[in-house]
Amino acid sequence: MHLKYESQLREPLVTGNKDYHQVTEDICRPIEAKPTKLWYVGFFIAVTLLMFGVYSVYREVTYGIGQWNLNKTIGWGWDITNFVWWVGIGHAGTLISAILLLFRQGWRTGVNRAAEAMTIFAVMCAGQFPIFHMGRVWMAFFVLPYPNTRGPLWTNFNSPLLWDVFAISTYFTVSLLFWYSGLIPDFATVRDRAKTKLRKLLYGVASFGWTGSTKHWQRHESLSLVLAGLSTPLVLSVHTIVSFDFATSVIPGWHTTIFPPYFVAGAVFSGFAMVQTLMLMLRKIFVLEDYITLGHIEAMNKVIVLTGSIVGCAYLTELFMGWYSQNKYEGYTFWYSRANLFSPYGWSYWGMMACNVISPQLFWSRKLRRNLFVTFFMSIIVNIGMWFERFVIIVTSLYRDYLPSSWSPYYSPSIWEMGFYAGTFGLFFTCFFLFAKYFPVIAIAEIKYVLKVSGDNYKAGVEKEEKMPVEEFVHEYAH
Amino acid sequence: MAKKTFVVGAFSDEAVLFPAVKKVRTAGYKIHDVYTPFPVHGLDHALGMRETSLHTAGFIYGITGTTTALSCISWIFTKDWPLNIGGKPHFALPAWVPITFELTVLFAAVGMVLTFCYLCQLAPFVKKHTFHIRATDDLFIMAIECTDKTNTDELQAFLSSTGATEVNLQHAEAGWWYGRYDQEQQLITEPKATVA
Repeated sequence: MHLKYESQLREPLVTGNKDYHQVTEDICRPIEAKPTKLWYVGFFIAVTLLMFGVYSVYREVTYGIGQWNLNKTIGWGWDITNFVWWVGIGHAGTLISAILLLFRQGWRTGVNRAAEAMTIFAVMCAGQFPIFHMGRVWMAFFVLPYPNTRGPLWTNFNSPLLWDVFAISTYFTVSLLFWYSGLIPDFATVRDRAKTKLRKLLYGVASFGWTGSTKHWQRHESLSLVLAGLSTPLVLSVHTIVSFDFATSVIPGWHTTIFPPYFVAGAVFSGFAMVQTLMLMLRKIFVLEDYITLGHIEAMNKVIVLTGSIVGCAYLTELFMGWYSQNKYEGYTFWYSRANLFSPYGWSYWGMMACNVISPQLFWSRKLRRNLFVTFFMSIIVNIGMWFERFVIIVTSLYRDYLPSSWSPYYSPSIWEMGFYAGTFGLFFTCFFLFAKYFPVIAIAEIKYVLKVSGDNYKAGVEKEEKMPVEEFVHEYAH
Repeated sequence: MAKKTFVVGAFSDEAVLFPAVKKVRTAGYKIHDVYTPFPVHGLDHALGMRETSLHTAGFIYGITGTTTALSCISWIFTKDWPLNIGGKPHFALPAWVPITFELTVLFAAVGMVLTFCYLCQLAPFVKKHTFHIRATDDLFIMAIECTDKTNTDELQAFLSSTGATEVNLQHAEAGWWYGRYDQEQQLITEPKATVA
C-alpha cells in the first residue's frame, strides 16, 4: 500500500515499542497534568517581556516614530530587520508540514504540529513590525483595497509592499487553517479523555464534534493533501515577495535578482534552527524523546547545513557581482560597507558570515549532527546570524547613499526599539507556552498512522540478526 | 432526526477490522460507519465509499480567487482609477501575479476548509453520538444499523465471531445536534410534533 521504499537501515520513527493507547497517554500527559514549576517560570518571563513590549509600543504609538532612533537615510532599522527575521522563522513550520508531506518524509509527523504552531506565532510577531512602523497605527486598514470616499483611492497593486500585505495575511490564514484542521481529531482525543466538566466543554467546542468517521477521515486526508499542495508554492512565494520589497528598489545591495531564492533558503535555514531550539526543549520538558528522536534532530540538521550552504553561496555570489559588475556603488556597498571589517558596520557582516556560513559546516559530521548540546548551541547561533543578515542588508545599504552629504550618523537602536523586539519574543513564547500546555504538541493521529508501518524492515532485520547463530552472523557481515 | 438501533463492535487491530468489514458486508448488513483513531487507508474502499470530490471543490474555489483578483485589479487600474506610475502601462499584468497567486491560494484554502466543515458537520457546539469513548484513542468501532427485521442477538454473535473484542446494542441518534460535551441535554430542541 505504501509506495515508498524503506531501507533496512532506517530506524523506526517512533522508538520504545509503543501501542496506540500509549501514544495517546504519552502525548496527553502534559495536557492533563498540572503545569510544572519550570513552565510557570518560563511563562512568567515570557509575559514580563510581552508587557515590556506593550509599553514600548505604547510609547511609539503615543509619541510617534521618533521614539525609535531611525534617521534621515535609515528609515528601516530594527523594525524591518525584525519583521523579515520573524517571517523567515515562520517558514519552517509550513515547509515541514507541507513540503515534507508531499515528499513523503515520514519523520515530519513527530515535529510538524509544534513547528506549525511556531510558524503561526512567528508570523503574528512579524506582522506587528510593519503595522507599527506605519506610525499612525489606527490607519493601518488603509493598506487594504476597499471602496472608500476618497475617490475611491485604491491601493497600489504594483507595489511590492502591497504584495506583502496579501502574502503575509494569506500565509497566516492558510497556516492557521492547516494547523487547526489537523488539530480537530486530536482535540477529540483529548475531549474523550477529559475528566473535568470544564475540559469536556472546552475541548468539546475545540474538537467541532469530531467522531473519527471513515468518511470524515477520507475528506480530512484529501483536505490535508490539497492544503499541503497549496502551501508549498505559498511558502516559497511569501519570502520571495518579502525579498521583492528590497529587490525592486534601486538601492545598491538590494537591487539584485538573486534575492528571492537567497531569501527563501535563508528563511528555511533560520526556521529550522528555531524549530531545533523549541523541539530540544519540548522533548526534554515533556519527556517526548521517543517521538522526537535523534533521527529527527539529525534530519533537521541536514536541512540546516544544506540551506546554510546555499545562503553562503549567495553571499559569495553577491560579493563577486559587486566586483564583476564594475558598478562603483555596488562595489562600495559590498566591499567597503559590508566586507571591510573596519567599516562602521563591518562587524555585523562578519558576525553574519561566522554564524551562517562557517559554523553550520560543523554539521557535515554525523557525530555533531546527533549531539544535542551542539545542536542547541548551533540553533541559537544560526538565528543570531540570520538576524545579522537582515540587519546587514538593511542598514549597510541605507546608511550611505549616493550623495556623501546625506550620509547618516551611526545608527543604534533606542531602548523602545529594542523593547519592541523583546516584546515580540514575549508574545512568541507566551503563545508557545500556552500551546505546549493546552494543545497536543505532537500530532497524535498522524503518529498512530506511522506507528506500525515505519521501520518494519528495520525491526524485522534486528529480529533476524538476534536469532542468527554467531557463525552465520560472522559469515554474513565479516566481509 | 430519529433514533436508530445499532449493533456496535470494537476492534483492537486494523488487521482484524478489514476482514470483519468484508464479512459483515457480504452477510448483507448495512454498516452505518466505522470510527477510527487515525485515517486507515483503504477502509473507505472496503466500506464501498466513493472518492471524495473535495479537491474538485478546492480547484473551483481556487480559480474563483484567480478571476476575482484579476478582474478587480484590472478594473481598478484601467477603468476606475488609472494611476500613472512612471508612465508605465495601466494594464501591468506581471506586477499583478503575486496578488493573483495569493488570492488563488487564499480562496482555495478557506473555501475547502469551510466545505469540509459543512460536509462533515464540524462546528463548535456540534455534538454527535459517541459509540465508544475509545474510538479516538486506540479502538476501531464498527456501528451496524439495524432495521425492524434484524435479529440483533444473532448479529451480535456474528460480530463477535469476526473478531470484535466488545459487542453491544445501542439505541442512538444518528445525526448531529447542538450540544455541549459536559452536558447531556441539547442546546436547541425541536418543537415536539403533535400527533394528529
